[in-house]
Amino acid sequence: MTSRYLDMEISTSPHLGRGLSVPIIMRNVVYALLPIIGVAVYTFGLSVFFLVFTTLVTCLMAERFICLWTRKPSTIGDYSAAITGILLGLTLPPGFPLWMAALGSVIAMALGKALFGGLGFNPFNPALVGRAFLQAAFPTAITTWSDAFQADRFTTFINTTLTLPFMKAIPDTVSGATALAAMKFDHKLADTYDLFIGNISGSAGETCALVILLGGGYLALRKMLDWRIPVGIFLSVLLVSGLFWWMDPKNPPPLFMLFSGGLMLGAVFMATDMVTSPVTPVGAWIYSGLIGVLVVFIRLFGGLPEGVMYAILLGNAATPLINLMTQPKVYGSVKGGKKD
Amino acid sequence: MSLKTFAHGIHPRENKEITALKPIRRFPFPPYFVLLLSQHAGKPAKPIVREGQEVCRGELIAVANGFVSVPIHSPATGVVKKVGTSLDFNGKMAPAIIIIPYPGSLQQVECWQSRDIDHMTPKEIIQGVQDMGMVGLGGAAFPTHVKLTPPKGKTIETLIINGCECEPYLTSDHRVMLEQSDDIMMGIRLLLKGVMAQRAVIAIEANKPDAIELMKKCSEGEKQISVAVFQTKYPQGAEKMLTRALMKKDIPSGGLPADIGCVISNVATVAEIGRLLPRGQGLIERVVTISGRGVQRPGNYFIPIGTPLDFILDQVGLEGRAHQVIFGGPMMGKGVAFLETPITKGISGIVVMADAEHKSRQKIYPCIKCAECVNSCPIHLNPSTLGLLARKDEFDQMAEDFHLFDCFECGCCSYVCPSHIPLVQYFRLAKEAVRKKRSAA
Repeated sequence: MTSRYLDMEISTSPHLGRGLSVPIIMRNVVYALLPIIGVAVYTFGLSVFFLVFTTLVTCLMAERFICLWTRKPSTIGDYSAAITGILLGLTLPPGFPLWMAALGSVIAMALGKALFGGLGFNPFNPALVGRAFLQAAFPTAITTWSDAFQADRFTTFINTTLTLPFMKAIPDTVSGATALAAMKFDHKLADTYDLFIGNISGSAGETCALVILLGGGYLALRKMLDWRIPVGIFLSVLLVSGLFWWMDPKNPPPLFMLFSGGLMLGAVFMATDMVTSPVTPVGAWIYSGLIGVLVVFIRLFGGLPEGVMYAILLGNAATPLINLMTQPKVYGSVKGGKKD
Repeated sequence: MSLKTFAHGIHPRENKEITALKPIRRFPFPPYFVLLLSQHAGKPAKPIVREGQEVCRGELIAVANGFVSVPIHSPATGVVKKVGTSLDFNGKMAPAIIIIPYPGSLQQVECWQSRDIDHMTPKEIIQGVQDMGMVGLGGAAFPTHVKLTPPKGKTIETLIINGCECEPYLTSDHRVMLEQSDDIMMGIRLLLKGVMAQRAVIAIEANKPDAIELMKKCSEGEKQISVAVFQTKYPQGAEKMLTRALMKKDIPSGGLPADIGCVISNVATVAEIGRLLPRGQGLIERVVTISGRGVQRPGNYFIPIGTPLDFILDQVGLEGRAHQVIFGGPMMGKGVAFLETPITKGISGIVVMADAEHKSRQKIYPCIKCAECVNSCPIHLNPSTLGLLARKDEFDQMAEDFHLFDCFECGCCSYVCPSHIPLVQYFRLAKEAVRKKRSAA
């Protein structure tokens, strides 16, 4: 009789689970990022492969080291560090010096994530914290672009990639301004089709809008991404930049704004980071609308051609307040006595 | 036809096909019965038998102790062995009467007093419901007559007969609707008269088309009775979800269905009232679904109240060792710690989990604010924030700012959480802490 109790487990309800876990979600985000890496390597060659490899491995090592240091069980298995590594690599210029990329990865993991208590507690997207640091520390390197589809891209590195640590990267040739920089400083407009397909210069992973949208679509279908956020950002950017374009046709047209620079990558993969975006549906609309407005303002009026990074970081900063403001309306709270 | 429903909720695997087609079968008498005196919400019943006394099947053995309490009847003809204590499903000592049935005692009810239902006043009907020891058979075991007595100044317009049965695995209400439709109709007529309501609505989820069809057929020509079909979604059967889906009305926070003119009663409860009240019999058995992959002969059984669980498991057979035994459904049911515990009036199902289908101990990750819980909570709470506050022992803030006490522990948030955070468990502990603090103050 008592042997019946040997295998028995006692727990409180609910006794069922959906069978989904954090690592499964994170792993699927990595799957969605793989085609983007592929296209980036195809567009820019060897240098981008080693760039993403460097940020990925450095982020994983940093995560592991921090766990060892703080005597906590390893958290590499949840794949979140891998996502940060890949995303950081994809937001950097193709010929970005590898030592700088590694430094940025360490900053991303340490200051962007571990400092706040690790996964789930970081107020800002760690990859963007890393990139913001790099933007401040190495303004030249992070705005030095190389042309897409160079003939020798699979055999030779871009000359800045292998710069020695603590040396300044000195490019031989000034080349490949991004579409946004060309628009801002030279008033040249890139073709929207080229932007969509990725036939232009830019950061490693941001050039091909098509493959980014496919990855985002996959995650949205699997309900691992809140579709409201990218859609909200797109609508907001279209609306606000459309307004400026209507007032003064010298401003870039809305579709150009939508497909140029890091907007696609940022809207689909960075702004949607679950940890740093609002939890309520209404909050997601406010948050994405805010990011879209900020992007257009920074791009049109700021000193920098690109504004997605700062727009998302500011959106992240507003998230706790947005959450508080948009608490869902509780059942039965309309009328009747307040018993609690 | 568009199906009625509410926002949010979840779609767990139903697993109802295991027992949905199995007709209700009778159960043999066990070697002994354990009748807990507190198997309903409210005050425990007062025993009126002595040790060694002979009792008949259906005889009153304990009387109601006050208004929120119900009597208990003997499930079999036999002798009272003990009036003392026994262990409940938690393994806690609880007052109980133990009865040894005579060998070969019949399943015929020997004690009853038939009533003239045509000339009963509403008050007499409600008194009759208490006298038969009736409680909500859906799981809460709240005395039915209390529910049927609206607070002063409130009138009841709508009687909702709850046949949603949204819990996975359970099919007892489904079978009752198919096999006891006449009893249900009789019960509805009695209750309509008892609470003086204008109309009765039988609420059924769309996954039971045969029951919907039969109930519609039975209610043809009955002006006051109608059938409403709901989308299959957990927790549609909860009172709060029913009123919102059916009438677009919310039960006020901390209030009762009567506040919006409703009384909600489980379909099995109504069937038992329709069957037992005219004969003046007490509630001594109930339909229980026994299911789960840990059971060899799953099915729907008519089991006498007080039958010990280990006897039931012997009868239906276990596949190896039971991994987990649950009283009720797997979403809101209670984990059983003690297998000698008896069946009580509120148990609608026994689910025995085998290893494979059980979620077992999963690694808990930090909350990643994925908002799955926010988008599944039927009450529209924010379980994510509540969970984080619970970790910091901010129980008062949970209650004051985040509506902790509106949570009815349906389990949707824990079910969807990819971080496997035991949110419902946190909320139970938090409620307990707040209650203790308030009663101390």
